[in-house]
Amino acid sequence: MSLLARLRAGETLVADGAMGSMLMQRGLEAGACPEALNLSRPELLEEIARLYLEAGADLVQTNSFGGSPAKLERYGLEPRCEEVNRAAVAAVRRAVGERALIYGSCGPCGRLLKPLGDAEPDEVRDGFLRQMRALVAEGVDALCVETMTDLAEATLAVEAAREAAAEAGREVPVMATMTFDRTRRGYFTIMGIDIATAAAGLARAGADVVGSNCGNGSDNMVEIAREFRDRTALPLLIQPNAGLPRLEGGRAVYAEGPEYMAERAHQLLVLGVALIGGCCGTAPEHTRALRRLVSSPVD
Amino acid sequence: MEILKRIAAELERGHDQQVGQMTREALAAGFAPKQVLDEGLIAGMNVVGEKFRVHEIFLPDVLLAARAMYAGMDVVKPLLLKEEVPVAGKAVIGTVQGDLHDIGKNLVGIMLKGAGFEVIDLGNDVAPERFVAAAEEHGAPVIGMSALLTTTMPVMKKVVDLLRQKGLSERVKTIVGGAPLSADFAREIGADAYGYDGVSAVDRIKALIATRGVA
Repeated sequence: MSLLARLRAGETLVADGAMGSMLMQRGLEAGACPEALNLSRPELLEEIARLYLEAGADLVQTNSFGGSPAKLERYGLEPRCEEVNRAAVAAVRRAVGERALIYGSCGPCGRLLKPLGDAEPDEVRDGFLRQMRALVAEGVDALCVETMTDLAEATLAVEAAREAAAEAGREVPVMATMTFDRTRRGYFTIMGIDIATAAAGLARAGADVVGSNCGNGSDNMVEIAREFRDRTALPLLIQPNAGLPRLEGGRAVYAEGPEYMAERAHQLLVLGVALIGGCCGTAPEHTRALRRLVSSPVD
Repeated sequence: MEILKRIAAELERGHDQQVGQMTREALAAGFAPKQVLDEGLIAGMNVVGEKFRVHEIFLPDVLLAARAMYAGMDVVKPLLLKEEVPVAGKAVIGTVQGDLHDIGKNLVGIMLKGAGFEVIDLGNDVAPERFVAAAEEHGAPVIGMSALLTTTMPVMKKVVDLLRQKGLSERVKTIVGGAPLSADFAREIGADAYGYDGVSAVDRIKALIATRGVA
């Protein structure tokens, strides 16, 4: 069944966890381009996708967070944008087949739009469109614009996703999440977007699913989800970090374990969050705990 | 006096042309360059930094205000150099090796310049050796490091360790900051301070410089 059909049927879906830390465990060097592995080590992506599938994820992401041409350009990979993104989808498809839905990840382009920065909106939109077309052509089941802080940039990415889906003539739902900071006056992105503005703006841009990822552990994410719930009827996607990292033996280690996360995620279920997953620091163990929670009868 | 307050107010609103114009007017009216800097530009930027710190304003407002501050600084700076007005201090800053995220680091740079510091900005993807070499070369008492990625945070410890190995850790103090960091993390890696945001980073750096002599 398609993602939208499952959401309409009222199903709660489990999304996977972090990608970056999984790649680092497998030898990705600090500062190297994670998406370059799509071309050089696709077997690593297959392995990670398989681990999340086996942990019980309904949705598994592609390794294409930095797959926009602007981001790839920093590593000299911009000319291979299509190849990088298609390889990201193909690896996950080989691993999960039709047993999980694949969502194509798309993060910020790394440049500030005019007048704050020097990036032309049209240029940024065209870049996102290139990435989205490649992800759609290779057969993603959904697209996910994530970790956005600028609503203008998020809007360009969501519009590009919509356009790529329309061109392909098939249903490709678009999810969009932003990253908020807790302040004394409530939650805002660093660009000053509050949750009400985000919910309305992302919906207007054409997102089918909205929500938040990264930047917060589970406690804050429950508050964020509650505010989204009050502001929109769209299905919500919530992906907390496993808390804030500490350094242990030269590696970043996250504080919130699978049990803690699943316990807090119960609140997300109560709020009716449709898609629950993890961001930085979460691993297949977190996915497994979320799966258990979602699959057990709600009391 | 009035014009200096107006410079600060226009700077807060991010009006770069007005700030440049009024800075010239203030100088033409006989105000000392140092006074225009302190009571106009720096005063305005301090308000911006404080408002950002308490989330009354956000990154776009700060970037526009910084642009306005630079418009005024461009006018004042040549005169300050001529008068040999001493700087508040020197700081080497950069985003650590492997990390290309420079917004936070740039904010700290803006706030430091606003506070009268000479800033040696090494940019992004800065190797530990480069931080230390720059601090030695410029005689800077402080190295400020930024990271957004959990994958690059560990590089900060390499800088701290390198300073220790070279016997420089009394002379050169370290401060770290960035979204995934915490004061605990700074302590764990042996950094001398943690800057939660641009404003507190400047405060901590001033404190580091003040205590360095007696350390």
